Amino acid sequence: MKPVPFEYEKPGSLSLAVSQLSATGVNGKIIAGGQSLGPMLNLRLARPEALIDIRQLDELSRVQSDEKTVTYGAAIRHVDFEDGLVEDATQGMMRHVAGGIAHRAVRNRGTIGGSLAHADPAADWVNTTIALNATFTVLGSTGRRTIAAADFFLGAFTTSLNDGEILEKITIPRLSDQAAWGYYKICRKKGEFAEAIGILVVDPARGFARAVLGAADAPPIVLDQLAASIAESGTAKDINLEEAVQAALPDASPVSLRHHSVALQRAIQQVYPS
Amino acid sequence: MLDQGIGARVLRKEDDRHLHGRGQFVGDLAMKGLKEVAFRRSSLAHGRIRAVTKPAGTDSVIITADDLKNVNPIFADSSIPGFKASNYPALATGKVRFVGECLAACIADSRAEAEDLAESVEVDIEELPAVIDSLKARAPDAPLIHDDWADNLFLTTSVQGDIDSLVKTAPIKVTRELRTGRQCMHPMEGKGVLAYWDFQADQLVVYTSTQVPHMIRTGLSETLGLEQRKIRVIPPDVGGGFGYKCVLQPEEIVIAWLAMTTKRPHRWIEDRREHLTAGANSREHHYQITAYADEKGRLLGLDAEITVSVGAYSVWPFTACLEAAQAGGNLPGPYDFQVYRCKTFSVATNKPPFTPYRGVARPGVCFAIELMMDAIAREVGRDPMDVRAENLVKSTQMPYNNVTGKHYDSGDYPASLKQVAGLIDAPGIRARQKAPEADGRLIGVGFSTFTEQSAHGTKVFASWGIPVVPGYEQATVRLTPDGGLEIRAGIHTIGQGLETTLSQVAVHELGIDYDQVRVTLGDTASTPYSTGAYASRGMVMAGGAVSRASQELARRIRRIAAHLLQCKDEDIRFEGREIRAGGASLSFADIGRAWYLRPEQLPEDVNTMGMEVTEGYKPQVDTGVFTYASHAAVVAVDPETGIVEILDYAAVDDCGRMVNPMIVEGQVLGGTVQGVGTALFEESPYDQSGQPLASTLQDYTLPGASDLPWIKLGHIETLSPYSAHGIKGVGEGGAIAPPGAIVNAINDALKARGVEITQIPATPERILSAILAAESQQKGAAS
Ligand SMILES: Cc1cc2nc3c(=O)[nH]c(=O)nc-3n(C[C@H](O)[C@H](O)[C@H](O)COP(=O)(O)OP(=O)(O)OC[C@H]3O[C@@H](n4cnc5c(N)ncnc54)[C@H](O)[C@@H]3O)c2cc1C
Repeated sequence: MKPVPFEYEKPGSLSLAVSQLSATGVNGKIIAGGQSLGPMLNLRLARPEALIDIRQLDELSRVQSDEKTVTYGAAIRHVDFEDGLVEDATQGMMRHVAGGIAHRAVRNRGTIGGSLAHADPAADWVNTTIALNATFTVLGSTGRRTIAAADFFLGAFTTSLNDGEILEKITIPRLSDQAAWGYYKICRKKGEFAEAIGILVVDPARGFARAVLGAADAPPIVLDQLAASIAESGTAKDINLEEAVQAALPDASPVSLRHHSVALQRAIQQVYPS
Repeated sequence: MLDQGIGARVLRKEDDRHLHGRGQFVGDLAMKGLKEVAFRRSSLAHGRIRAVTKPAGTDSVIITADDLKNVNPIFADSSIPGFKASNYPALATGKVRFVGECLAACIADSRAEAEDLAESVEVDIEELPAVIDSLKARAPDAPLIHDDWADNLFLTTSVQGDIDSLVKTAPIKVTRELRTGRQCMHPMEGKGVLAYWDFQADQLVVYTSTQVPHMIRTGLSETLGLEQRKIRVIPPDVGGGFGYKCVLQPEEIVIAWLAMTTKRPHRWIEDRREHLTAGANSREHHYQITAYADEKGRLLGLDAEITVSVGAYSVWPFTACLEAAQAGGNLPGPYDFQVYRCKTFSVATNKPPFTPYRGVARPGVCFAIELMMDAIAREVGRDPMDVRAENLVKSTQMPYNNVTGKHYDSGDYPASLKQVAGLIDAPGIRARQKAPEADGRLIGVGFSTFTEQSAHGTKVFASWGIPVVPGYEQATVRLTPDGGLEIRAGIHTIGQGLETTLSQVAVHELGIDYDQVRVTLGDTASTPYSTGAYASRGMVMAGGAVSRASQELARRIRRIAAHLLQCKDEDIRFEGREIRAGGASLSFADIGRAWYLRPEQLPEDVNTMGMEVTEGYKPQVDTGVFTYASHAAVVAVDPETGIVEILDYAAVDDCGRMVNPMIVEGQVLGGTVQGVGTALFEESPYDQSGQPLASTLQDYTLPGASDLPWIKLGHIETLSPYSAHGIKGVGEGGAIAPPGAIVNAINDALKARGVEITQIPATPERILSAILAAESQQKGAAS
C-alpha cells in the first residue's frame, strides 16, 4: 500500500509549523517519527493533504528543568531517554520505560510527543505520563494551554488536542529520592504492544501515590485510592487485587482481567517485594 | 575432494551478492517505460458480482474480467475419483470467493498512482453468506461456494482399517480434537512479476519470483493460449518461496497478458498487506483422532478424521487435493503399528486457495500424532519419551513399509530421539521439575519425531493425477574453452543455496576447482525442463542429475586426456584440481582448449557430443527417500500470564549424505524458526463474514530472534540406498516438528494443573484461557 498524494512541509520554526498546520485546517497532519503515522498513511487510514514535519525543530527537542519539574520537548525520541541523553526526572523510570518500547529501530525515530498524540491505550508513554501526573503544553494559532495528562486522553486514539494544535512539551514532576516505582507489561511477544500494563508510583516525600492499569481498550485507568492504601500499609497483601481490577474493567474478558491483575500485582511487587 | 566437494562446508556462492545488497529481485529490475500495476481486490469473502465499473476515461488503464475474455481460468484437476475441480479466473467472474480476490488490474507510472486508480473502480457485489468454518462448511445446508457443486467438498478420501476389532479389545483408548491455525508463509520477498515483449526473440518474457519457472511457462501457455516457444520465463533472485511461489498465480497471468497484448513492460509487486490477506493460504487443519494402545502405551491403531480448510479454489498444478492426501498418508508418522482408519475432507471455504507450505500437511499431522503419543503416555502413566521410543520403527526393521504403504528406506529413528534427549539433558530437566521454580513458572519438556518423504517422484504424483507430474530431472554441464564449468538446471534456487551445492556435486565428480564452477538456474531459454523446487527434491533430483551429467563429462574428458597424455582411459585420475596420469598432468583448460580451439589434438574416436552433457535422473524408487528427525523443546510456562519461553531447543536430523553441512544446518534452523511460528505465534483468523483479522504484522506475529533460544543441532548420516550419493532432502523438515515438541512441552509443564493445549498457535490467550477454565472447574468441583 502506498499513501494518497500529499504535500510535505518542513518548517524552520515552531511558529511556522503552527501557522502551516492551521492553514491546512483539518487536512493537515503533523508527522514526527512517523512510526505510527507511517503505517496509517500506507494503509490509507490517514489521508492528509499536507504533512508538516516537526522532527527537526530545536524548540521541540529541548529539556528544561527546575527544582520541581523537568520539561521535555515533544520531538525527543525514545532512544534519547533510553540512552540517558536527556535528564531523567523519575529515578530511572522513564529510561526503563523507553527501553521497553518496540524495537531499537522504532525507538530510533519514534518520539514521546508522537506517542502521546497518537494515544494508543497500550502505548508506554501514555500510561507512564499519567502515572507520573505529567502536564502537557499544547500550542495552537490562538496560543498555549496546559492540560493534565489524565485529561488529555479522551478515549482510544482520541485526545483533547484541537485541530491546528501541536503538542509542544511534557512536564514531569520530579520524583524524590524516596520515591519508588514499578512498571510491568505483559506482551505476547517482545517488542509488541502490551496486552496489559500495571504501574505503581509512590513518592512519600510528595505525598504521591498512583496506580495505573493500561492497555485496556480505553484510556489508562487511575487507581489512586488503591495506591494510597498500598503506600500507607506498605503492602498489597490485604487487598483483593483481582476484585479491584474487575471493578475497574467491568467489560474485560477473563484472560484480560487476569493479565491486568497480574501486571499490577507484579508492578506492586517491584515496589514492595514481599 | 572433501575440502570443496560433497561434505564440505564451503561458503555459499549466492552470499556475495546477497550480503552486499546486489541481488536482482523483481523489484530491482529497471526498464524503460515500465508500468506498475495495482489490483483492486474483493473486500467481501463471498458475493455475486453485479458490476465492476471503470470511471470515465480509464478504459485503457483499468482492466476487468470483461477485458480478459480470451484468457482461460486456472483449472487444476486431479484424477482421484470424486475430485471436483474449480475454475479460478485471473480476475473474478460471476462471484467473488475470498477477501483479496482480484477484480481489476490498474496501470500507472507508479504504484501509488496505480493504487489511486484502484480506489476509483466502482464495485457492486451482492454479499452472500460466507463459509468460514470448515466443519460447518461440510454440513448439507451450508451455502455453496461453487454453485454447480452439490456440496463444498473438493474431495473426500478414506482408508479403511479394521478399527472395529480394536474398539472392543484395546486396553487404552485416547480421543482428542485438535486444530491448527491458518497461516501465511511470509517469504521476505513477496510475490512479484514483470513481463515485457522481446521483439527480437518474438517472445513474451516473464520475470517472476517463482520456485517453478518451467511449470509457470506451461501454465501461462495454457491460460493465455500462447505457444510455449513464444514464452520465456526467467526467475530472478527469489527471496524465499516456502511453497507460496510454486503455483501459477492470477497476478502472473494478468501481468503476462498485459505485456502480451500491449507489448509494453508491466510489473506487479505484492505488498505485505496483500500477502497477509489474499495470501493466508496454508496449514489450517482439524483433527478428530482416537488412538488405541496396550497398557504400556504401545500403539495398536489409529482412527482419524481430518478436515482441511482448502479455501476457494484448486491451485495449479498442485490442486486442492495435495494437502489432505499428504495428511492422510503421513499421519502415522515414524511409528510402527498396523491398523489405520482415516477419512479426509478437503473443504472449500471462502478463504484464499490452499497452497503447499514447507512440509505440506506434515507440520499438522506431526503435531497431531505427537500430541496423541504424549496423551497415550499420560494415560498409561509413563514418560512420553519412553513410549515414543518404543513405538518408533527400529533400524532393524529397515526398509520398512508402514501402514499406509510408505517405504521408509533407511535410518535409526530411536537413535535420533536418544541423541536429541541428550542435547537438552532430558534427565536433568526431569530432576529440575521436582522442585518449584523460584519465579513460579512451570517447566516442561516435549519431543517430536517425524519422517519427511523427500523427492517423491513420478508414481506418487501420478497417483494423485495432478496436471504436472515430475519425471526425470535434468541438468546440463559444460566445460568452457578455458577450463571452467557451467551447470544449467531448470530448478530454481529460492534461498536454499543450490548454486553452491550443485557446484559441490560437480566438484565431487570432476575434482574441478569450486571457484571455476558457475550455475545458471531456472531460465526456460537456457535450462532443461524441470518441475522446480518443492517437496525437498532439489538436492536429490537436481543433485543426482548434475552427478550423472558430470560423470559422463568425466568419461569424455578422460578419453581426450588419455589421448593427450598417451595413456589408457582408466589411468586418468581427477586429482588436485587437475587431470593426472602417473606423473603427468593436464589442466581442465588444456581439455577445453583441445575440444574448442585446437581440435587437431583430439583423438579419432572422441565423443562428438563434446564438452556439454545433459543427463536425466531419478532415484531408484519413486516413493521418495525418507529423511527423519527428532526435535526436543524445554519450555517455561508462566501460569499467571500464559506466556511461554522456549528455554532450550534441539534438533537431530538424518538427511543422508550432507552435501554441505552448513547449508543443512541453515535449512534446519530456518525451518525450525518457522515451526516455532506455527507453534506459538502465527495465525490468520477470520470473522464469521470472512474478513481476515490479521492484515498487518502487528496482528500477525512472526517469531523474532528475541523469542528463540540458541537452537542445538545434531546429525546422523544414514545414506539412502536409492539415491545418488545417498542424499535425502532436508528443505522442509525443520518446519515440521516444532509444534509437536513445543506443545508437548507446554502440556508437560501444565500436567499438574490438569490442562492440555490442543490448538495452535498456543498463544498466551489460549493457554491462560485453558488454565482459567481448569481453575473454575476445580473450584466448581470443590464447592
Ligand atoms: C513495530 C512497532 C512496535 C511498536 N511498539 C510500541 C510499544 O511497544 N509501545 C509503545 O508505546 N509504542 C510502540 N510503537 C509506537 C511507537 O512508539 C511510535 O513511535 C509512537 O507511537 C509514535 O511516535 P512518532 O514520533 O513516530 O509519531 P508519528 O507516527 O509521526 O505520529 C503519530 C500521530 O501523532 C501526531 N503527532 C506527532 N507528533 C505530534 C505533536 N508534537 N503534536 C501533535 N500531534 C503530533 C501525528 O499527526 C500522528 O497522528 C510501536 C511502533 C511500531 C512501528
